[in-house]
Amino acid sequence: MALAGALVARHAFATTDQARDWLAGHAKGALKDGKVSLKAPEIAENGNAVPLTVSVDSEMSDKIYVKAIYIAADGNPNPGVAVYEFTPLSGKAEVSLRVRLQQTQKLVAVAEMNDGTLFTASREIKVTIGGCGG
Amino acid sequence: MADDIKPRLRVPTSAKKGEVVEIKTLITHPMETGLRKDSDGKIVPRLIVNALAVTYNDKPVLNARLEPAVSANPYLAFFLKVDESGTLKFTWTDDNKQSWSAESKIEVT
Repeated sequence: MALAGALVARHAFATTDQARDWLAGHAKGALKDGKVSLKAPEIAENGNAVPLTVSVDSEMSDKIYVKAIYIAADGNPNPGVAVYEFTPLSGKAEVSLRVRLQQTQKLVAVAEMNDGTLFTASREIKVTIGGCGG
Repeated sequence: MADDIKPRLRVPTSAKKGEVVEIKTLITHPMETGLRKDSDGKIVPRLIVNALAVTYNDKPVLNARLEPAVSANPYLAFFLKVDESGTLKFTWTDDNKQSWSAESKIEVT
């Protein structure tokens, strides 16, 4: 954990504003609450690999589908986590991944529909031991 | 290190027409963030898998862009609607533009 100490000293963490800016850089427009859900443990003992599932409650047809999911974190050295672009072939707008979390922080997801509507949700995750590499 | 990089897939071999199936993938990769120091105190340069493209019968299904906040050995589960038999193709690309591919066939029963 000496390494984590060094990182804390050397690198400023992203802020809630930076996470929001990163998301806005990918998906511009007004954000509505709803449709998006983030599943993750409330307390993550190991910040190196925290399981996360993001899903969007929407049909995936040629007319209406989720175009992309953007995920950001507000307490890592950098705010971006990942971007997933879907097509109607995806069948279901849901991804599961594992993320590095340096400390207790909030994960934010934005879903972009094919008509440009944006939905968002967030979730705080308490981290016992930070992802030292990240 | 590059020799250790291997994609792994879990894809069903068959599905009913119109069924939405779950696909699981993992690629063994250290996902160096560019923030970590080695034992000599030198920064280890950033080297991550930054993209994964998935197609079914050459039609795009999913495009992922990853940041260093994605854990080492990036795992991803997602879904595919199977309307016809075909081949699911995966291509991962890292910061050095090196890429790895894998594919798996699904038959409509």
